[in-house]
Amino acid sequence: MLLNEFLILAAFLFCTGVYGVLARKHAVLVLMSIELMLAGVNINLVAFGAFHNSDIGQVFALFVLTIAAAEVGIGLAIVLLIYRNLHSADLDDVDSLKG
Amino acid sequence: MNWFDSWALTLVVFIPAIGAVILMLIPREQEDAIKEVTLFTTLATLGFTIGTLIKFDYGRTSTLQFSVDKNWIDVINSHYHVAVDGISLPMLALSSFITVLCVIYSWNHFPEPHNPKAFLILLLILEVGMNGTFVAQDLILFFIFFEIVLLPMFFMIGVWGGPNREYASIKFFLFTLFGSALMLLSFLALYFKVDVPGVGHTFDMVLLSKAAGAGLVHSTQLLIFGGLFIGFAIKVPMFPFHTWLPDAHTEAPTVGSVLLAAILLKLGTYGFIRIALPILPEAAKSWAPWIGLLSVIGIIYGALGCLAQTDMKRLIAFSSVAHMGFVMLGISTLTTFGINAAIFGMVAHGLITGMLFFIAGSVQHNYGTRELSRLGGLLKQAPKMGWILGFCAMASLGLPGLAGFWGEFPAVLSTFNPGGDLSQPLFRTYMVIAAIGTVLAAGYLLWMLQKVAFGTPKPEFADAHIHDVTTYEWTAWVPILLLIVALGIFPNIIFRVTDDAVACQTAAPFVSKTTVPISPSVKCPASPLAAQTTAKVSGR
Amino acid sequence: MFFLDQAWLVPLIPAISFVVILLFGKRMPRQGSEVGVVAVGASFLLSCGAVVRWILRVHDAEGGSALGAFGRSIGRIGADHAEVPVLPVLHHVTWFQNGGVRLTAGIQIDGLAVVMMFVVTLISLLVHVYSLEYMRGDRRFTYFYAALSLFTASMLLLVVADNTLQLLVGWELVGVCSFMLIGHWWEEKPNSDAALKAFLTTRTGDIGLLTGVIMTFFIVQRATGVGSFNIVALNQAVSDPSSKVGHTLILWCAAALMLAIVGKSGQFPLHTWLPDAMAGPTPVSALIHAATMVVAGVYLGARVYPVFFHGFSIGDGGVNPMAAIGGITVIVGALLAFVQDDIKKVLAYSTISQLGYMVMALGVGAWTAAVFHLFTHAFFKADLFLGAGSVSHSGSHHSFDMKTDMGGLKKYMPQTYKTFVIGTLALAGIFPLAGFWSKDEILVNAGHNNYKLFLVIGLVGAFMTAAYMTRCVYLTFHGEYRGGHEPHAIPHVDEAEHDPIDTPASVEHDAEVHPPHESNRLLTGPLWVLSFFAVFAGFLNFPHFSRFEKWFQPRYPAGFAEILHPVAFNPILATVSVLIAGAGIGIASAYYLGKLPQGLSERNAIARAGKRFLVNKYYLDYVYENVIVAGIKGPISTGVYWFNQNVIDNVLNYTGRGAQALGRATYEYVDQKGVDGLVNGIATLTGESGGEVRKIQTGRLQFYALVLVAAVVIFAGVLWIST
Repeated sequence: MLLNEFLILAAFLFCTGVYGVLARKHAVLVLMSIELMLAGVNINLVAFGAFHNSDIGQVFALFVLTIAAAEVGIGLAIVLLIYRNLHSADLDDVDSLKG
Repeated sequence: MNWFDSWALTLVVFIPAIGAVILMLIPREQEDAIKEVTLFTTLATLGFTIGTLIKFDYGRTSTLQFSVDKNWIDVINSHYHVAVDGISLPMLALSSFITVLCVIYSWNHFPEPHNPKAFLILLLILEVGMNGTFVAQDLILFFIFFEIVLLPMFFMIGVWGGPNREYASIKFFLFTLFGSALMLLSFLALYFKVDVPGVGHTFDMVLLSKAAGAGLVHSTQLLIFGGLFIGFAIKVPMFPFHTWLPDAHTEAPTVGSVLLAAILLKLGTYGFIRIALPILPEAAKSWAPWIGLLSVIGIIYGALGCLAQTDMKRLIAFSSVAHMGFVMLGISTLTTFGINAAIFGMVAHGLITGMLFFIAGSVQHNYGTRELSRLGGLLKQAPKMGWILGFCAMASLGLPGLAGFWGEFPAVLSTFNPGGDLSQPLFRTYMVIAAIGTVLAAGYLLWMLQKVAFGTPKPEFADAHIHDVTTYEWTAWVPILLLIVALGIFPNIIFRVTDDAVACQTAAPFVSKTTVPISPSVKCPASPLAAQTTAKVSGR
Repeated sequence: MFFLDQAWLVPLIPAISFVVILLFGKRMPRQGSEVGVVAVGASFLLSCGAVVRWILRVHDAEGGSALGAFGRSIGRIGADHAEVPVLPVLHHVTWFQNGGVRLTAGIQIDGLAVVMMFVVTLISLLVHVYSLEYMRGDRRFTYFYAALSLFTASMLLLVVADNTLQLLVGWELVGVCSFMLIGHWWEEKPNSDAALKAFLTTRTGDIGLLTGVIMTFFIVQRATGVGSFNIVALNQAVSDPSSKVGHTLILWCAAALMLAIVGKSGQFPLHTWLPDAMAGPTPVSALIHAATMVVAGVYLGARVYPVFFHGFSIGDGGVNPMAAIGGITVIVGALLAFVQDDIKKVLAYSTISQLGYMVMALGVGAWTAAVFHLFTHAFFKADLFLGAGSVSHSGSHHSFDMKTDMGGLKKYMPQTYKTFVIGTLALAGIFPLAGFWSKDEILVNAGHNNYKLFLVIGLVGAFMTAAYMTRCVYLTFHGEYRGGHEPHAIPHVDEAEHDPIDTPASVEHDAEVHPPHESNRLLTGPLWVLSFFAVFAGFLNFPHFSRFEKWFQPRYPAGFAEILHPVAFNPILATVSVLIAGAGIGIASAYYLGKLPQGLSERNAIARAGKRFLVNKYYLDYVYENVIVAGIKGPISTGVYWFNQNVIDNVLNYTGRGAQALGRATYEYVDQKGVDGLVNGIATLTGESGGEVRKIQTGRLQFYALVLVAAVVIFAGVLWIST
């Protein structure tokens, strides 16, 4: 079975996501990058599930999809609130956690 | 076991929590609804407390009643174990009683920044912690309730407090948290070090007291007791751990001060009586002279501190240091007599000092200041409030016939002949110092009374419109005042509840073998475990 | 035996009256005073019943008939009755239990208790009546009556107590009532200062009471195995020679209780509060600070007398602290009375001196004499105080200053004058008034028990008492009227608050409207009742008749029987003491009449004789006037007063101030800088190290994520290398 190909694809997607999270300044883009990371993880889960001939991987992938949907919902709401308050969606402007 | 017996205590603890949840759902604009729900919640809690008071079997106060024991955290063998006996019952009653009165008092006395919703939610959470601490019979459960109390009080001081509130609230929080950390260490040490025969490692306070530190070498006992001591002594507070108290009291809103004085301080002394003494009796004997010393220092020191104050509320706060000194002195004698007095002193101080803080709050509400040099002539402008202040000052200085006396006098008496083979000359010296402390107490309280109530109003307030006691204040205060008188005339209301319980649960290991004890030996209900323990210890 | 068994009603009735007046007094037609008068009247009747019943009980015990108690046995020698025991009436209920010990509250009714009940209720009743007029229109009239009721209840609670703890409760409660009533006009700072001083000084003595009562508990415990505050058990425990109670414990207990007596009964050196306490209304001074509360110390001494007797070894004739303190107080108090211009202060110092007699009597083993003097003194001193009140009420426009506002009042206020003179003569110990009998009994016992020093002190005291009271009478009632000039020019602190404008009652006393006049019957009535007792009370212990001793001396085996010995009347000593008192009056009169020849000496044979004696022996006259009287009036008493005000008083003041300074210093340096500083230091250290760490917290999420990723990469790298 072509496990390695799937894993490479997943790693690529994940790394793209990490790069996006670290490098992009716009909050929506960061959120999208997180989705990319989750997609990479999902591919891994499905691939390993098929490899081991088990359903668990698919079950987990479905869970992750659901959670990702909820997460995006909340994330976009937060971004919207940040935009309303700060009139910007630039993450560099959000530093109220600064100690 | 019927429904009431198994659920009463749980309800007493968690009804306020349910109330708090309901309050969260009510919009903050509907203030009346919020107040009514809170009042109803606290009244329901009080109702169940009164139910336990009625159904409590006063023939066997030394037995734990209304007991519920369920597995809770299996991994560490921690149980949800709640029960009351003669020691906890008065404290539980005091706690649910004072909370109701606090709600009534704050009806239209909310300090800035107002927001009754948040304030009352915190108040209810506070009640969960206070009631829970007094019924918990498991160390982890006790610890959790003990800590729950901290947060609401922190926010009460920090949000609704006076000008210096941030400093005071953080000091209060950190100081007590520091003590709690050491206390938790000691709890863990007890769990791992004490091997209760037939049970093994446990957090159960009843089992641990029956084991009475079996299998621990003396030095370990001393260390563990030290951790407990610091945890509880900070809460009491004993000299020299008291410095958080005046700041916290001075800055706290009135209701916060009242609860702090009336209930929160008692968590510490209750811990000594319920946990430290029975679980580690041998260490208690070694520590007792030092506890006694710190107590009498506290008595004199608190009194001297009072004389130096210019702020009424701060003065009352310092007087707490002195009064809790008497309570701790009673405990340090390790006699039934003294510990009974300590419990009485806890209740009496809760009522009297709570009442004094109420008045200080109303004085500030009316005059906008608590500076003793600016006050005067309260009796002229608000005679009823002035007389209540005088009454409370008299009660606080330990006038016989009022509640305060029965906390002080028996405590001082028991120092004449301490238990646990403690040094008699040392404790008799403490007795004389404590007696001198009563004179100083009269000094500072009457001095305050003279400054605040006597004389004529200062020019700046000569034409001020001062409200005498309002209806809400009457409703909140009259029960306390009546109780102060009732307990003063019939001290047996409390003594008969605590006596056997203290004799069996706390003071039993300290009955002296060499000198004649104050009290004849009391027959305690036999516990098979105790017999086992002694057999096993002698076997080792 | 209703009156003895139910004696707990006697304190209960005024206690109920207190509550009723407090709650409803303001709405009553006479503002609550009627409740107070009726309640105390009821208590008085019950007390009279108790006295009669007790006397019958004594006679029943001796096998005599009930009638014989009053009639037949008169004339029998009074010394042979000591063997027949008469048990006190004892009842108690469980008060509370602690440490498995049941502690009780109860009554112990015996001779001492019924005497005290009679004295307290009678004088309280008279003061209640007197105050109807004296306090009329006062702004806190209702409150005043409530406090009087509470005081009466507390004092009676103390009197009937069968245990020392209950006694302590009553003791503290009367102290608080005293505080409330001294500070009755608390608008003026001197009044509230006086109230504070009184409370704190007696409270200092209460250190002794607190520890002493605790020791009584343990004395009984050592003797019987179970601790108790019971007084009968205590007296038995200390008297039983075979008991296990060590003498050291009894000595400590006696010393501690002595401190309590010193504080409460105004003994040297804690007597300074009593003159200041005169800031209260005059009826209060009569009731609390002359007749009842201040004798609580003496009562305590009499109640647990075996403790003192054995603790201080009174029986062996040596100087003991009790007699010594009493003796010093007799002289110190009397000397000070000479230099007072305020009539109430003269009486206050006189009270101190007379209390000294009582304590000294206890100290020399004269139990009966002490109690008897307490009994007679209550009447004539209350008489004098109420007389002084009458003078200020109607004669001197609410002033108590004899030098500026009185003088010559004899012709305006004949009734007050007569009763005042009767009181004075009784106090001076002139035959056959009450004070003569009781004082003489103290002296004869002191002599008999080998306390010669205290016999001399007693005689010197008698001389001075007579002299200063003569001075007081002279300045108040004789000479020219000096008042009436600018009323309230020198307002006395306590009376200045009488609100002359608000109340119609006071308007008629205004000097511009009325000259001095006799007080009305509500004031003079009580004065005559008290004068009656001042004259006749002493006959109760007429030699060989000795009703007082027979009826009221404890006659039960509880430690008293073996230490009380009746002593026969000594006619020579009695003559000497009367002569000395007469000399006191004579010399003092002579001193004043040197300028005003028509005065006291024309009516008083003894004074005339004294005066003739002075005139005939000119050089002695000179010595008396310029050395003794002037000496006592001048340097000695001034010196003592100076010592009193500047040394003793200042010790108190400086102790207070020192405590405050110490408190301030402790607070500032130790507490705020030391202990608190340490705490703050730790907080600062934590805070600063936190400050360093917080620089890492940029607040930018992506930075955190970067750190996270970097950490994962490093961790993975390490893992990879290590495998």
